[in-house]
Amino acid sequence: MSSVRVLVGTRKGAFILTSDGRRERWDVSGPHFGGWEIYHLKGSPADPQRLYASQTSGWFGQVIQRSSDGGKSWETVGNKFAYDGPTGTHQWYDGTPHPWEFARVWHLEPSPTDPDTVYAGVEDAALFRTTDGGQSWTELAGLRTHTSAPSWQPGAGGMCLHTIVLDPKQPGRIFVAISAAGAFRSDDDGRTWRPINRGLHSEGIPDATAEVGHCVHRIAMHRSRPGVLFMQKHWDVMRSDDAGESWREVSGNLPSDFGFPIDVHAHEPETIYVVPIKSDSEHYPPDGRLRVYRSRSGGEEWEPLTSGLPQHHCYVNVLRDAMAVDTLDPCGIYFGTTGGQVYASANAGDKWEPIVRDLPSVVSVEVQTLA
Amino acid sequence: MSVLVRVVLPAHLRTLARVAGEVKVEVAGPVTLAGVLDALETTYPMLRGTIRDQVTRQRRAFLRFFACEQDLSHDSPDAPLPEAVVAGSEPLLVVGAMAGG
Repeated sequence: MSSVRVLVGTRKGAFILTSDGRRERWDVSGPHFGGWEIYHLKGSPADPQRLYASQTSGWFGQVIQRSSDGGKSWETVGNKFAYDGPTGTHQWYDGTPHPWEFARVWHLEPSPTDPDTVYAGVEDAALFRTTDGGQSWTELAGLRTHTSAPSWQPGAGGMCLHTIVLDPKQPGRIFVAISAAGAFRSDDDGRTWRPINRGLHSEGIPDATAEVGHCVHRIAMHRSRPGVLFMQKHWDVMRSDDAGESWREVSGNLPSDFGFPIDVHAHEPETIYVVPIKSDSEHYPPDGRLRVYRSRSGGEEWEPLTSGLPQHHCYVNVLRDAMAVDTLDPCGIYFGTTGGQVYASANAGDKWEPIVRDLPSVVSVEVQTLA
Repeated sequence: MSVLVRVVLPAHLRTLARVAGEVKVEVAGPVTLAGVLDALETTYPMLRGTIRDQVTRQRRAFLRFFACEQDLSHDSPDAPLPEAVVAGSEPLLVVGAMAGG
C-alpha cells in the first residue's frame, strides 16, 4: 500500500509526519535539528530516500543536511555558497547600492532525474546547483548578473530566491521567482535568464508594469502541462498559458487576492489552491476564518474550503512554501501555519484535519508519495 | 611542535559536531585564534562556516571568543592566544551571544 511522508520545516527544527495511504493516522518524528530554522526540506523524485534540508541560524549561519534513509539519519554536506565573480550591488531599502551578501538557503529543488543534483535558491537572490549530492555548490551566475540586477530591491523578508520550478518536459528550462524582483526563466539550464513579468501589475512600485520589481510570492505548475503557470503575487493571483511570456489576473471572487502559497491538484491541472490573507500588513486570514480557496477552472471562479478549519478567531499565516500536494487518488493537500498547525485533506480539500497542532511556526511543507 | 588546545563550543555546535563536552584540537606553530579555528574545522569539517564566514573568514556577528575572562572577539585572529590557553590550563570559549529577550 502507498504511504506518504510530509516534510515540515519550522522556525525551531524539522518534523517528519508519516501515514499510510488512508492518511488518517500519523506518526510524528522530530524535532530534527532542534533550535535551528529549517527553511525547507525536500526529497529527491529520483530517490525518495534521499532528502535535503536547509538548516540556518542567526548565530551559526547556513548548514545543509542530507539523508539517504528517508530522514532517519542525516549528515552534513557542503555549505559554502560563494558568489561566482564580483558580487556587484543591488538596491538597499533606502535605494542605495548594497553588495550581494549570502544569508541563507530558502528553497532546495532536487533534480527529477538525479538524486545528486539539487538547485538552491538563496538570499541575497541567486541560484546555486550541486551535482555531487550537496558536497559543493556552484552559482549559476547569469541570473545574479542579469542587466536588471542592480535595480533589484529586497522585499520585507529579504531579497530571496524562494521559488524554483524545473520544467519536466523541456530539459534546461528553469523558472525562478525572487522577492522583490519578479519571475525569471532560463532555457539553457541556468546559463542565461530573462524576466517573465509581462502582465503583472504592482501598485507598490513606481512603474506598475515594470519589467522587474514585482513581489512574486510563489509559482506553481502541473507537470503534465508545464507551459501553464500559476502565480500568487504579493497582491493578485495570476496565470500564464505561455510559459511566463504573459500573465493575466485570475483572482476572480477571492475575498482577498493577497497570499503566499499556490499549488495545483496532482491529477487535475485546472484545479488550484490558494490561502487568501487579508493584507500585506495584516498577515492573517480575512474575518479570522482560515479558508483554503479552490478553483476548478484554473482561476477566476473560487470556492472556499472550510470543513475542519478554524472559522473563528484564527489569525495565523500560511507561508509561501508551506503547501504541498501528494499524488494519491484522491489527491491529498497539506499546509502548515505560523501557529504551528499542519492541516491535511485526504480528499482534495473537501475536509481538513490537523495532523499536529502545536509545532513551532511552520515555514515549509513538502510531501512525498511513496510506493 | 604542536600543542593541544581545549575548546568549549556552544551547545548547537556540539550537536552539529557530534561531540559532548569540550574538545581538544592539535595546533601546530604559533597558537592563534586563526590557528585554533583552522584546526577545529579540519577535525570537525561540519563546523566550517558556522563560526566564521567561509568566504570572508570574518567571525559570525553573534559569536564571541572568550578566554581567561577576556573577550578576544575583536583581537586580530593572528594574535597569540593567552599562555594559559596554550598551556592547556584554560579553554578557548566559543560563545553564542545572548539573544531572544
